[in-house]
Amino acid sequence: MAGPETSPAEAILEVENVSLRFGGVQALSEVSFDVQSGEVRAIIGPNGAGKSSMLNVINGFYHPQEGSITFKGVTRRRMRTHEAAAQGIARTFQNIALFRGMTTLDNIMTGRNLKMKRNFLLQALYLGPARREEMEHREFAERVIDFLEIQAIRKTPVSRLPYGLQKRVELGRALAAEPDMLLLDEPMAGMNTEEKEDMCRFILDVNGEFGTTVVLIEHDMGVVMDISDRVVVLDYGRLLADGTPDEVRRNPLVIDAYLGTVRD
Amino acid sequence: MEILNAFFVSPFVDMAEYPVFFAEVVANGFLTGIMYSLVALGFVLIFKASETFNFAQGVMVLFAALTLVGLQERGVPTWLAIGITVGVMVLLAMAIEKVMLRPLVNQDPFILFMATIGLTFFLEGFGETLWGSNVKRLDVGIPERPLEVPLGGDFMLLNEFDLWAAGIGAVMVLGLALFFHRTTIGRALRAVADDHQAAMAVGISLRTIWVVVWSVSGVVALVAGIMWGAKSGVQFSLSLIALKALPVLILGGLTSVPGAIVGGLIIGIGEKIGEVYWGPLVGGAIENWFAYVLALIFLLFRPQGLFGERIIERV
Ligand SMILES: Nc1ncnc2c1ncn2[C@@H]1O[C@H](COP(=O)(O)OP(=O)(O)OP(=O)(O)O)[C@@H](O)[C@H]1O
Ligand SMILES: [Mg+2]
Repeated sequence: MAGPETSPAEAILEVENVSLRFGGVQALSEVSFDVQSGEVRAIIGPNGAGKSSMLNVINGFYHPQEGSITFKGVTRRRMRTHEAAAQGIARTFQNIALFRGMTTLDNIMTGRNLKMKRNFLLQALYLGPARREEMEHREFAERVIDFLEIQAIRKTPVSRLPYGLQKRVELGRALAAEPDMLLLDEPMAGMNTEEKEDMCRFILDVNGEFGTTVVLIEHDMGVVMDISDRVVVLDYGRLLADGTPDEVRRNPLVIDAYLGTVRD
Repeated sequence: MEILNAFFVSPFVDMAEYPVFFAEVVANGFLTGIMYSLVALGFVLIFKASETFNFAQGVMVLFAALTLVGLQERGVPTWLAIGITVGVMVLLAMAIEKVMLRPLVNQDPFILFMATIGLTFFLEGFGETLWGSNVKRLDVGIPERPLEVPLGGDFMLLNEFDLWAAGIGAVMVLGLALFFHRTTIGRALRAVADDHQAAMAVGISLRTIWVVVWSVSGVVALVAGIMWGAKSGVQFSLSLIALKALPVLILGGLTSVPGAIVGGLIIGIGEKIGEVYWGPLVGGAIENWFAYVLALIFLLFRPQGLFGERIIERV
């Protein structure tokens, strides 16, 4: 249900009537909402509501049985994940999915994958243009590292990093792709207050400075109310409410859903 | 006492007394070792990309060699035949991606392993149907003269063919290592090895990576097939050289490129030394199992393999 104030021209993403089943489990039923270019859009809802499934549909991990996704004017039902990435969608995961064998820098460099040209021979021999290109991407990766204030762990294998920093590196890898839209699945889960504040700041800076559209799933209501422009509420795979943080907070259906489920 | 002396003293005395001969043994082991590294790399690449042990690696060596000889027998010039065979191996990789890897994505790696066993029997039968099953001679024009290399006033005896094989093998091994560590696609492959989903999310196409990796390992198989085939003829037993890579993998680990390289050299040299100095004591023919013993002894001291990180179980 798109809000009446949104015109399709401004929507970078439109989700229309998406339904997704796993065997007998109805993960999403007829969910529709849109995301406007440049906004911070939160998706909230109790455990198992279908939030992660929604992100997975958007970036092509899951293919919905019904409905369609329109991103930057291109409509699709099935799309392969790497194609979604090529269209400008980057993401982080609920359970950190870093390349564990690599350093922070290498992980972030992998985020540049789509920006790299492919001349294997030149690359392997590290010659001329290949070398210059690698340097340019390195520079970009270093800018991301500076931005996220993780210079000290540039060369550290990510498997040795504490949880909070791993989450930050994962954000860095997504940013390295210079995405138009960033999908963040619980970017602050398991963090302490200070780490959460840092993460909020990074997300708002990315959104403010580069105009990157952000869709994030978050359980911490304080955080959601603080940083998001509009909120989608899912419950049992259905769209329960959609509006500004204030509207959503006052919505009796939402209050019921949250009082009905006692959670952390 | 006698026995202890024979096993633990006199071999070392021999080594010290005839250093040039010892050097010759080591050099020969080194040359074979490079070929072991190459075959092991074929396994490692596929394991990294597909999380499975490719049972068909050995038969891919046979298939590549059979195709090459078959083309030569039909009058195709050697260089062209090699080119065509590379093309055939790439086509094979594409077919494997389409009918085997793609449908089995997200299945347990063990199922994929079973599929590679199926592939083994298919390739074996298909190769024989196409090219016949009699033993064939393979000659790609590499000279086989014995070479005398001067060393400390004496001469070391080496085979020119072995030198060529080692040279080509070394170039391939080095090329693969560079490819793996320096190129975008190499980094992408390492990413896929670590986390499929995250790799796709940064825009890496699994299918492309699979085709590339299986093609590369097909070419590796071809090179191994040429080198061994030229030595011992092209026949079924060629597919058994994959067994030679197993101790290397035990030693180096299934996921480590440097592990495969160094492991191959250790096994190659160790095997030769064992065969020459200890072989006669146990009545020879230790070549077939000595490498395994060597790998297992090594593991006693480094259970994580040569380059693996120390495994510390979290409880
Ligand atoms: N790959 C899958 N296979 C089978 N069922 C799945 C799969 N992914 C999600 N589900 C099911 O879909 C439903 C929604 O799950 P989802 O992970 O989207 O919820 P969520 O809102 O992200 O919950 P949480 O807050 O716990 O992360 C759940 O019942 C879940 O078990
Ligand atoms: Mg979730």
